[in-house]
Amino acid sequence: MSSIADQIAGSSVAEAGARAGAAVTSAPAITLPAAGDRELRLDLFRGLALWLIFIDHLPNNILTWFTFRNYGFSDATEIFIFISGYTAAFVYGRAMLEAGFVVATARIMRRVWQIYVAHVFLFTIFLAEISYVATNFNNPLYSEEMGIMDFLKQPDVTIIQALLLRFRPVNMDVLPLYIVLMLFLPFILWLMKWRPDVTLALSAALYALTWQFDWYLSAYPNGTWFFNPFAWQLLFAFGAWCALGGAQRMSRILSSPITIGICFAYLLFAFFVTLTWHIPQLSFLMPKRLEQWMYPISKTDLDVLRFAHFLALAAITVRFLPRDWSGLKSPWLRPLILCGQHSLEIFCLGVFLAFAGHFVLAEISGGAGLHFLISVAGIVIMSGMAWVISWYKHSADKNAKKKGAVVNADMAGGG
Amino acid sequence: MKSNPMMILGLALFAGLLAAAPLRAEDAPANCEVPTYLLTSESPLPKVETAIVSDRRLEILVVGSRSSTITASEGSAYPGRLQAILKEALPKVAVNVSVELQVKKTAEEVAGGLVKLVEVRKPTLVIWQTGTYDAIRAIDPDDFRAGLDEGVVGLQKTGADVVLMNLQYSPRTETMISAPPYLDNMRVVAQEHSVPLFDRFAIMRHWSDAGDFDLSSTSHGPDLAKRVHDCIGRALSKFVIDAAHVKPAQQN
Repeated sequence: MSSIADQIAGSSVAEAGARAGAAVTSAPAITLPAAGDRELRLDLFRGLALWLIFIDHLPNNILTWFTFRNYGFSDATEIFIFISGYTAAFVYGRAMLEAGFVVATARIMRRVWQIYVAHVFLFTIFLAEISYVATNFNNPLYSEEMGIMDFLKQPDVTIIQALLLRFRPVNMDVLPLYIVLMLFLPFILWLMKWRPDVTLALSAALYALTWQFDWYLSAYPNGTWFFNPFAWQLLFAFGAWCALGGAQRMSRILSSPITIGICFAYLLFAFFVTLTWHIPQLSFLMPKRLEQWMYPISKTDLDVLRFAHFLALAAITVRFLPRDWSGLKSPWLRPLILCGQHSLEIFCLGVFLAFAGHFVLAEISGGAGLHFLISVAGIVIMSGMAWVISWYKHSADKNAKKKGAVVNADMAGGG
Repeated sequence: MKSNPMMILGLALFAGLLAAAPLRAEDAPANCEVPTYLLTSESPLPKVETAIVSDRRLEILVVGSRSSTITASEGSAYPGRLQAILKEALPKVAVNVSVELQVKKTAEEVAGGLVKLVEVRKPTLVIWQTGTYDAIRAIDPDDFRAGLDEGVVGLQKTGADVVLMNLQYSPRTETMISAPPYLDNMRVVAQEHSVPLFDRFAIMRHWSDAGDFDLSSTSHGPDLAKRVHDCIGRALSKFVIDAAHVKPAQQN
């Protein structure tokens, strides 16, 4: 599995770009990067996103209150997709400049294949779980809900649709989105090589047209993809744009006190609005007009309110968490950073652990204590696994030193 | 009754995961308190108020899917319980609850036939329970919302009061059925048309969290279903009386 590991470190990485951080200083345009330090903030926040996605996939418990989605519009998915766009552009953008379009595309396609295999693996686990529940659980209270098992009656259709990414069980929506975004990465990078700003504008235009004309990808047996790739590509392209020099050009706007003020005001507004969801007694404070204009805040189509919320969060993070912050080296944040460095494996593990957690919770009605225990155990397992993977990588690198640089470039690219 | 998680975990490890499932008492008395905020709605039910206070005749029509009934014991399902409890609470009012099951139909499909149903039955209040089948079929949430919208507007035009009821909380199928988009859209439509939303999902989750019911139970008997439906009937009757702004004095 070590070949799936993505890494931005090593000789294959841009110094200028690596300095970029989630959005401050970066190479002036798409310049050839030199060797440099790994951008730990990216790893840190991707690791955090992975933990939060795991917790959000479990039934509500105490830890759920630590996840972003309870305090604003956007959630961990935005962070994950943005950083994925950033790192992918970072790594494959370099490959494209160095080795050309064809080679970079070939490497991206190999990465796409890895993600696809990971998705099929998760689907197999899902099938096992649902088949178990179908045979063991037959409570008359839920005779209607058991209708979900009907698809087991025609496994031929269902499995083929799953392989086509059209059948998407709950909590398995992120990888198909990621696959589609990665498929278009060569095209995005090729355009960005030409004119980054125009590419970003095109991406925004596609987003606007999607909202205007209601474009979507259909799913099986009906409905649409939970994450509409036509809308979510904006975040991915924005991440790529930041990685390829956009962040640096924005740095002056980002550090202006007006921007920071607006960001804080917006975050505060979002916080207040979310508060009214959790404490319905407060909902009388919300003007009805505003409610009718705002709701529903679509996650499927990456609502502008969500996108703006993510931007505000990112701007403030970049402003107040410097790249050389000493905490990034602290052992306390090490597990998060390690998870972020092996995101595809840890993401899959997280989805699996969420399935397992649901299963244990359903079998043993243990209450809040057990909920908490399962969440913490999941995070410990994820961190432990990340540590094992990096240990593997480390010793493999030692034993196959000549391969090092090439392998790193191939593996890189933001899972 | 809440069990100590550590003890259960220990037992489970000892006896194997599956053996631990029936640990909870199946015959515990139904204790199903519902926090007040889940039973209050800003949206009123003026027609119901008139029906109770002046007409002394309350005709309720429940339009719902399979989760509005219990196979082989329809009488113990929540519509039947609602009728019994309302009759008790409003002794001077002639209460009648009838049920129209629309099995395996999406909200959009049900919406088309709603007005006709109401014209035949002429209810004061229509309780529309929906969302589950749409969630199972993963219907596009926008289509779901459009269907809800059409249905609610149609019902309001006929002059009936409307209450929306959302999905059941079902921990066993949580990883397979995605409820949130449908819950959110029901909330939105209820808000837009000032229709009270009976949040069955939140109420059942509250019971599950409080340990009133073990909703993950693998029991195949109708016992749990009957007790849960009884509690839903109770909560629903409180909800309706509250939304109709009927004070105890007016009831008698």
